Amino acid sequence: MSFRVSKGGHIDRSRSLKFTFDGKTYAGFVGDTLASALLANGVHLVARSFKYHRPRGILAAGSEEPNALITVYRDAARYTPNLRATQVELYHGLQAKSQNRWPSLRTDFGRINDQLSAFFPAGFYYKTFMWPRKAWKAVYEPIIRRAAGLGVAPTQADPDRYAQRYAHCDVLVVGSGPAGIAAAMSAASTGARVILCDENSQFGGGLLSEADHSATRIDGLMIRHWIAQAIQKLKENSRVTLLTRTTAFGYFPHNFVALSERVTDHLENPDLHLVRERLWQIRATSVILATGAIERPLVFPGNDRPGVMLAGAASTYLNRYGVKTGSRAVVVTSGDAAYTTALDLHAAGVVIDAIADLRTAPVGAWVEAAQSAGIKIIAGATVLDTQGNVRVRRIDLGQVVSGTVVKLQPINCDLVLMSGGYTPSVHLFSQSRGKVEWSDTVKSFVPGRSAECERSVGACRGIYDLSEVLTDGAATGLALASKTPISVQSASFTVKAMPIDTNPYVGALPQPDSQSSSKAFVDWQHDVTTRDLALATREGFRSIEHVKRYTTTGMATDQGKTSNLNALAIVAQTLGVPIPQVGLTTFRMPYTPTTFGAFAGISRGDLFDPVRTTATHEWAQARGAVFENVALWKRARYFPRANEDMHAAVARECLAVRHSCGIFDATTLGKIEIVGPDAAEFLNRMYVNSWSNLNVGRSRYGILLREDGFINDDGVIARLAADRFHVTTTTGGAARVLGTMEDYRQTEWPDLKVWLTSTTEHWAVIAVQGPRSRDVLQPLTDIDMSASAMPHMSVALGAICGVPTRLFRVSFTGEMGFEVNVPADYGRAIWEAIFAAGQFHGITEYGTEAMHVLRAEKGYIIIGQDTDGTVTPDDAGLTWAIGKNKLDFVGKRSLERASMKTATRKQLVGLRTPNGEVLEEGAQVTLRTGQKPPMALVGHVTSSYFSAVLGYPIALALIGGGRARLGQTLYVPMPNGDIKVEVTAPVFYDTPGARING
Amino acid sequence: MVSSMARLAPLVTTSEWMRALPFATRLILQGDAAARTAAAAVWGVSFSQIACRALSQGSRATLWLGPEEYLLLDMSDESASVATLEHAIGNIPHALVDISHRQIAIEISGPFAERILNGGCPLDLDLSAFPIGMCTRTVLAKAEIVLWRNRADAFHVEVWRSFTGYVAGLLREIAREYYPV
Amino acid sequence: MLIIDCPYCGRRPEIEFTHGGEAHLVRPPQPAELSDQDWAAFLYMRSNTKGIYAERWRHARGCGQFFNALRDTTTDHFLSTYKSGTPRPVVNTTPSEEGHS
Ligand SMILES: [Zn+2]
Repeated sequence: MSFRVSKGGHIDRSRSLKFTFDGKTYAGFVGDTLASALLANGVHLVARSFKYHRPRGILAAGSEEPNALITVYRDAARYTPNLRATQVELYHGLQAKSQNRWPSLRTDFGRINDQLSAFFPAGFYYKTFMWPRKAWKAVYEPIIRRAAGLGVAPTQADPDRYAQRYAHCDVLVVGSGPAGIAAAMSAASTGARVILCDENSQFGGGLLSEADHSATRIDGLMIRHWIAQAIQKLKENSRVTLLTRTTAFGYFPHNFVALSERVTDHLENPDLHLVRERLWQIRATSVILATGAIERPLVFPGNDRPGVMLAGAASTYLNRYGVKTGSRAVVVTSGDAAYTTALDLHAAGVVIDAIADLRTAPVGAWVEAAQSAGIKIIAGATVLDTQGNVRVRRIDLGQVVSGTVVKLQPINCDLVLMSGGYTPSVHLFSQSRGKVEWSDTVKSFVPGRSAECERSVGACRGIYDLSEVLTDGAATGLALASKTPISVQSASFTVKAMPIDTNPYVGALPQPDSQSSSKAFVDWQHDVTTRDLALATREGFRSIEHVKRYTTTGMATDQGKTSNLNALAIVAQTLGVPIPQVGLTTFRMPYTPTTFGAFAGISRGDLFDPVRTTATHEWAQARGAVFENVALWKRARYFPRANEDMHAAVARECLAVRHSCGIFDATTLGKIEIVGPDAAEFLNRMYVNSWSNLNVGRSRYGILLREDGFINDDGVIARLAADRFHVTTTTGGAARVLGTMEDYRQTEWPDLKVWLTSTTEHWAVIAVQGPRSRDVLQPLTDIDMSASAMPHMSVALGAICGVPTRLFRVSFTGEMGFEVNVPADYGRAIWEAIFAAGQFHGITEYGTEAMHVLRAEKGYIIIGQDTDGTVTPDDAGLTWAIGKNKLDFVGKRSLERASMKTATRKQLVGLRTPNGEVLEEGAQVTLRTGQKPPMALVGHVTSSYFSAVLGYPIALALIGGGRARLGQTLYVPMPNGDIKVEVTAPVFYDTPGARING
Repeated sequence: MVSSMARLAPLVTTSEWMRALPFATRLILQGDAAARTAAAAVWGVSFSQIACRALSQGSRATLWLGPEEYLLLDMSDESASVATLEHAIGNIPHALVDISHRQIAIEISGPFAERILNGGCPLDLDLSAFPIGMCTRTVLAKAEIVLWRNRADAFHVEVWRSFTGYVAGLLREIAREYYPV
Repeated sequence: MLIIDCPYCGRRPEIEFTHGGEAHLVRPPQPAELSDQDWAAFLYMRSNTKGIYAERWRHARGCGQFFNALRDTTTDHFLSTYKSGTPRPVVNTTPSEEGHS
């Protein structure tokens, strides 16, 4: 049976659509939501509730809907759970499924929870699952998670694309009801940049629910014509951006507002170039919140049966979508608003059996209109119960007669429409840290003092009269758009409409002493009833923040849009205090659930993070390199040849460097050019070493501390001229070290004439290491590389293969070695030229793993691996580097503290394993064997490798009092037993260091 | 010294709205106004005293990056000489550093240029807020860039070379909405 | 994301800045003369103000400059930003009527 009326509304009856719900095919029209189309087909049962699995229908018509959460399915990777059917726009072929039911919506075994509800009171989880503790993870949590239900997320990767955009405007208007449109119009009239967004598919907000036959006029126009004209005018203004299907879900400091625009969810076959959603990050000079108000449900026993609905929602379904939500209705209301619904439905042919008015003596134009339409009005009414399983079929009304509730004759009906007035939507205002205040006339919290340059207009601040709403919007739009007062008068509107007494009601409806056993729901989505709230207060909860967490009221995905005020009022009433004293819980973003895709945006897959590569990356790829991530860089870790595993490849690479020559890409090291007459002085202050006495053309190993005395970074620093140094840093430390240096330069020593420039990426750095390195390079360069002209730790400027170079003689391997710096665009060509020239000498490309082994064989530390932010130069055995006569440098004072000099500090030593085990890096070291945890630890392994040139494993470790333990036997406890280790000096290979000077 | 070695910059695929700009000379000059005055005489372009502004003349430009830090650009070739500038500035305290290979340049142009860049750049790129001649270091998603508007519908973007793939990839992905592939 | 008024570049988004801790702490010119306690105080002791706090920011992805700011830590509103080396400005400590603008 169709509940569609024959004409009117904003749907396109010439374009019909087919869709499925739980596998059954239905028809709808373009312009429908899933909710309106289901209702048009007479489908009210759409969900099972979260905890009790009670049958639930559609309560609302907008984003506040607590019940009708469904899954929209496109394919196995593209389905979205927990969407509100009231916001899902219909397209041809749409597949929707209900959630939280088994085996079906009509026959749901979880319904047993409802019968057992006596065992599920507020705080049930806290009380029941405390014991035994172990059962929580293994038993209780999985069962609860399965039974308490929302939809299921897809497990496949999301194939859709998401975009993000930063945007700026003078005025952001959130919400396009009459207040929002008026505000946007008047703001735009000043020439301001305006963004108007609305979560709906059409602009107009609440005006879209106005009946076509309504007598209401704005400036003489029918409502829909007034909206069309206003939006058209805004569209023609190039400074205005109009966004539909766009939810302002987060309000952050300094008027930074996040919007989620749903671009393709309403399309049957979205174009592939379109993104599914766009996250807008808006910076607005001023924000106007025109977020409207949400109709407040009434709290009475049995108020959650399918067919019990907000009156305003029924108006929307009828007037916007052309859908009658039932055949026989009873309207329960606290004020005039629901009379419009009753009259509209009556005109559409729905039988209105009664208007049950909570007011003791309702009067006025609306009451008269209802009476003259022949509708029975019951004054002083209340609701005692409803009947019906998957659809309401009867309502049991009562009447308050001189303080006592008397039962009235039950009325059979299939629709109960309720209205408790409105609750202003202060969610975004609250997110902006504005202070809400209680209004007794609105019976709600309304925006008080703003924290941002922001104003609320219209219904979201408790103004409901259309004429006042329009004026409020227009005046505020103008005021916030004009930075200086201007003489333009804000627009005035002529409105023709019947005044409405909203007479809001808050709390539970009056009940007789012997109450119905039916539940009266406050929070539909989390199944919180009046009894739960009463229990919580009886058990001693006073603050609404605590009641909220104990009962979970307002904590569902709808954040209590329909429930918060009633919950507050019930708690206040139980405690016997005024509502403001109970307080209001804080609203948090997002206003409505927002997809992870929108937050991730473009940052996924290859674009998740920058992948930095060097000039030789493609060469290394072609040679089959295995890469590792170092900071954001991809570095070649090793170059396996046919059938080699990492161990074999690294051993081969290491031996090549030791016996002939290896080539290694060291480009990623940070480089800073420090220039100026005070450059040496600046380095003296920063690094532990002395720099004044470093000759031009020479370099030195530098150590940088933090002010607390611990090693921060290291690197080789070369003097290129009296006033110019080439500083290298670790790969990961490049940006941090430059930032630290800039800090001291700008803020501590601004008098120094010195400047810093990052040259990390200007230079490609090709390390050529090994006894044959000079033989490989010398034929390619005009620089005299002889041992006398270029000893260890020297630097020369010249050319290699005709390309300008800074040639360093430097070694991180213990072998004679060079680092060729060339402008990065030439890196690949020079690398290949060196590699070709080196073939005769057996040159071998090596990666970071061999580099690590080679340096460990020499006891050279890696910052961050052999140091951890608690290691002093002395701990690392680097006291020799500290300038002897320096009065100060960064960190020096901290080194003077007694505790920095104790003999028991962890010191860098070598470890050998007599039985040949390769130790785990990070493994702990103990003094005695055979202990059980907890046991005293004396240090830990920082680096561990198999040394091919030595033929046995080596390790570096930080050991308490380590240097005094040389020769001692210690133990590394592992799951399979303790490993015996021998403490050695940290240099394993070529202890005299002769090879470096070849 | 002329080299026969191949010069190879990170690849940027040219499209309707994005193109790689040719090799350029890039120098960072730091120091006070006296050094800039001396440099301007041989560079042929003076230095903006207004923050976040570039001045240009023919193929050369000077970009304000910080109160004491300017980027000197010569988009023609590598002929511009560091030595000439050093000679001109002489003993005035300063730092002049060649960073020609540190970064590459791309141009983003066309009617969607602002929107494409705002897919990752948080600045207000409206012509009223980011006029022609404005330049600044800023961010594009997780990369640092120098952004210089040299025409109403064209931006010169300087990117550190190892971030080229990320930045170009990011912009291409953003631009798919406006230039379907 | 806050908006920070760089004294050199003007109002820019927070994402371009790095926070630099409390402002107006001066590194002692001769640390060797300080007692351990005084040195520890310089290294670690911060006022951690609830309310108006003088702090350092660096426009790291902008002009590169360090500068100081007065921020109300209870509201995130900036009352002033000023160049490093200049004294802390005297500001009206009563919060503005409706936050920053
Ligand atoms: Zn700045």
